[in-house]
Amino acid sequence: MSGGPSVGPGTPDPAAATKPSQMRRPRQRLKPSLVFSWFVFIVGVLYFALPLYATLEFSLRTKVPFVAYRNVLFKDPQFSATLLYSFAVGVITIVVSLLIIVPTAYWVRLRLPRLRPFVEFVTLLPFVVPPLILVFGLLRAYNGQPLPLTHSELGLNVLIVAAYVVLSFPYMYRAVDAGLQAIDIRSLTEAAQSMGAGWTRILLTIIFPNIRVALLSGSFLTLAIVIGEYTIASFLVRPAFGPYLALLGRDKAFEPAAVTIISFGLTWLAMGMIAFLGRSSRSRVQVAGAR
Amino acid sequence: MSYLELTDIEKRFGDTTAVKGFNLSTARGEFVSFLGPSGCGKTTTLRMIAGFETPTSGRITLDGGDITYRPPNKRNVGMVFQSYALFPNMTVNDNVGFGLRVRKRPKSQIKVRVQELLDLVHLGDKGGRYPYQLSGGQQQRVALARALAFEPQVLLLDEPLSALDAKIRVTLRHEIRSIQRQLGITTVYVTHDQEEALSLSDRIVVMSEGHVEQIGTPFEIYNFPATPFVASFVGTLNILPAKVIDAAAGRLSVAGQEIRIAKRVEAQAGSTISLALRPEMVTLGEGVEGSNHLRGTVADVTFLGSIVRLRIQVADELVTLDVFNEPTLRLPEIGAAISIAFPPEGPLVLGTAPTLAAIDVLDEEQL
Amino acid sequence: MTDAATRQSAQGAPPARPGRRSNLTVLGVVPFFAFAALFLVLPIGFLFIGSFQDSSTHQPTLQNYFDLSEPNIVLAYKTSIEISLVTAVLGGVFGFLLAYAVILGGLPRFLRSFLMTFSGVASNFAGIPLALAFTFTLGLQGLVTKLLLNGIGLDLYSKHVGFTIYSKVGLEIVYLYFQFPLMVLIVAPAIDGLKREWREASENLGASSRQYWQHIALPILMPTLLGTTILLFGNSFGAQATAYQLTGGLVPLVTNAITAQISGDVFHNVNLGYALAMGMVVIMAISITGYSLLQRRSERWLRS
Repeated sequence: MSGGPSVGPGTPDPAAATKPSQMRRPRQRLKPSLVFSWFVFIVGVLYFALPLYATLEFSLRTKVPFVAYRNVLFKDPQFSATLLYSFAVGVITIVVSLLIIVPTAYWVRLRLPRLRPFVEFVTLLPFVVPPLILVFGLLRAYNGQPLPLTHSELGLNVLIVAAYVVLSFPYMYRAVDAGLQAIDIRSLTEAAQSMGAGWTRILLTIIFPNIRVALLSGSFLTLAIVIGEYTIASFLVRPAFGPYLALLGRDKAFEPAAVTIISFGLTWLAMGMIAFLGRSSRSRVQVAGAR
Repeated sequence: MSYLELTDIEKRFGDTTAVKGFNLSTARGEFVSFLGPSGCGKTTTLRMIAGFETPTSGRITLDGGDITYRPPNKRNVGMVFQSYALFPNMTVNDNVGFGLRVRKRPKSQIKVRVQELLDLVHLGDKGGRYPYQLSGGQQQRVALARALAFEPQVLLLDEPLSALDAKIRVTLRHEIRSIQRQLGITTVYVTHDQEEALSLSDRIVVMSEGHVEQIGTPFEIYNFPATPFVASFVGTLNILPAKVIDAAAGRLSVAGQEIRIAKRVEAQAGSTISLALRPEMVTLGEGVEGSNHLRGTVADVTFLGSIVRLRIQVADELVTLDVFNEPTLRLPEIGAAISIAFPPEGPLVLGTAPTLAAIDVLDEEQL
Repeated sequence: MTDAATRQSAQGAPPARPGRRSNLTVLGVVPFFAFAALFLVLPIGFLFIGSFQDSSTHQPTLQNYFDLSEPNIVLAYKTSIEISLVTAVLGGVFGFLLAYAVILGGLPRFLRSFLMTFSGVASNFAGIPLALAFTFTLGLQGLVTKLLLNGIGLDLYSKHVGFTIYSKVGLEIVYLYFQFPLMVLIVAPAIDGLKREWREASENLGASSRQYWQHIALPILMPTLLGTTILLFGNSFGAQATAYQLTGGLVPLVTNAITAQISGDVFHNVNLGYALAMGMVVIMAISITGYSLLQRRSERWLRS
């Protein structure tokens, strides 16, 4: 190599020899991608809005408007009964899930980082096992000795909560883990320990309050999933909201539309809460899957 | 003829003015640094040269051609980013050769050129690696090779060493300067580190809050700062308030003790001015014949390795001075009374622009 | 403190001390694993073992898996795979375009958070309500059906066009409702991860917008795009409620076949059902693994 690479001046652009006055500032070009973006967005909006609008429109097609809503909300005892049941199951699920997940996530972060891949693998399993398969397995496994849970109301209720807790693992763990990552739990724990606090106190008074937002996000998502769930509830023959809606859809005309709109509204509420809670932190929005 | 010229550059973002009244003429092959604290507008100006921002008003010409409004991908300038910005999905070879691929050079030519540049930055054997497999310093060298590969007319560097360890910073900046000399490419270097700017540049543009404080060689900037900002930003400085006794003779009173400076003072007798005194101008003891003396007590002794930094309390003021370390040194104790000395030419009067002629005149008067 | 010691304490694991201390800490995660074992691993294990058993004799056999090649079942797998493939690819492409539009496409900033929240809702809207909503839209008496009929005289349900929402194609249209949002939600952070400097560096080196996308942005995003598409595939494959509500078992799907098994309707061969279930688990496992591996690769790049 002779004396290193040469860097010449490069060929100056001949057109650049224009006088400054001849150069006009280019107009803000209408980027072709902007037109494209709006097109894509509008197509998306149409696709998403049409079914909702159609449902809304259908629900109002009754002779007297809002009759369908009235029927459902006030005249149908099953609506409130099943919604209440699902809501209760949801709350119990959330509590159990939190009681299991939070200590686990905390321990893994603090003391057992080598177990992290295993824990994460287990939290991914519910994705591998769709609700259908899960309920299938639960039905067979607990149909006889030693734990015949399928033989009693209480047993079935235990099963549905257990199933939902398992389903909630991926979302709960991810939410809690993200929350723990944001606060320095190592220092907090050590500070608390140096002041004499035991594990329970640390968890209850220091960890839980500081990851409140993450907990709430995970909880709302779990609640939304539980209330809308059909497959497991139906196979476990539980008086839940999902099977109620299915039954309604087969029997009545306008009421299903009304309930669909209500259900959509509830889901939006839950998601809105999650977005509201996560507005300051840059946490990922949680997703649910197909059903 | 200037190679890269910025004329009356101004940049406004809504209500804020980021850069105002920026004028600079660079000769071909010159190494110019933009030096200043964060937010002073140096990066914004660099980005205007690169084309990522457009000036609100003003003009940029390169080798005679007006490039003010030319899109960034048509400017033929090479830029090195603070965060390296290497494309993670490409090997080092592909990264460096990207500019040439875009210009549709033949593959064989690209291969040769890429190897040439990698050898230049001492990474000749790392061509097949991916960016994530390289250290910070190595990545930055690849970024440099990439910016130079297509033979740009100007090389722009945006705080390229800020993200690196101190030791690597020093070696890499020497490498950058030697490569620049070797290639003779006009270079603009943005930094907030005055040591970098002083050691690398042919000329420095000191900026603060969007405007240019001073343009000059490192020697000029350090020894003859034009403004208080430049004086305090570049190097350490002792600032002492001094009461004027006799303006024409340069007699002043510092902390109740009289001193003499070799400059004419543009102020009324009785008024107070600011004197700036570099630590290296100050010595312990009585100094040579004709020096100024100040008496005070030792406030602090800090051992910094090759130098020892002493802080002397003179009435209300603290004067910092540096002494070279040597094993036979006997350092004063804290609280001991001490005398420090400095020559009359030492202090700078802040705000005035001293010239060598002025100093000569005063010296003659003294004789 | 030496470097090694600092690193070790930063990782959080105190050096393994034998004895009571380490046992106690492991206790902290026992509830989790116990719960998973009882209500996740055990049921699946049951199905797994059962799939290798003969239904009458309870002897070990591979017959159940051989029975999977029975034409009805093969058809079910074929249909499920086809639907999943179509909705995964379409969902992937359009979902990506949608995310691109609101993040980099120049649309007003508030549209992005709107799309994100809505995607969270829409991806949760799957199941019965979704199926119902689409019958109101494209069903026999649906809004769009009527609009097309009255507006441009196009009768979707005529023998000519032969469209019906209660079909494989119908399912594909419906499934997209949760596939798009899922893609948007997962891809959005990846698009965010495209550093501005990469674009600027490419422009500085002379590349046009198209070249930037072709050589840099799309290749960097490809693992996420591909991985999420695979995830979408698994997502669609495992969907049951929507399909059942919409088509009631008409369309041959693996989920329908399994549903029939649980109800004990068609085959009185529960073990065949187990084999079917395991088949689905395998497909889901491949899908999740593919997604995870590709996500890890993309994270490595986007972190750099």
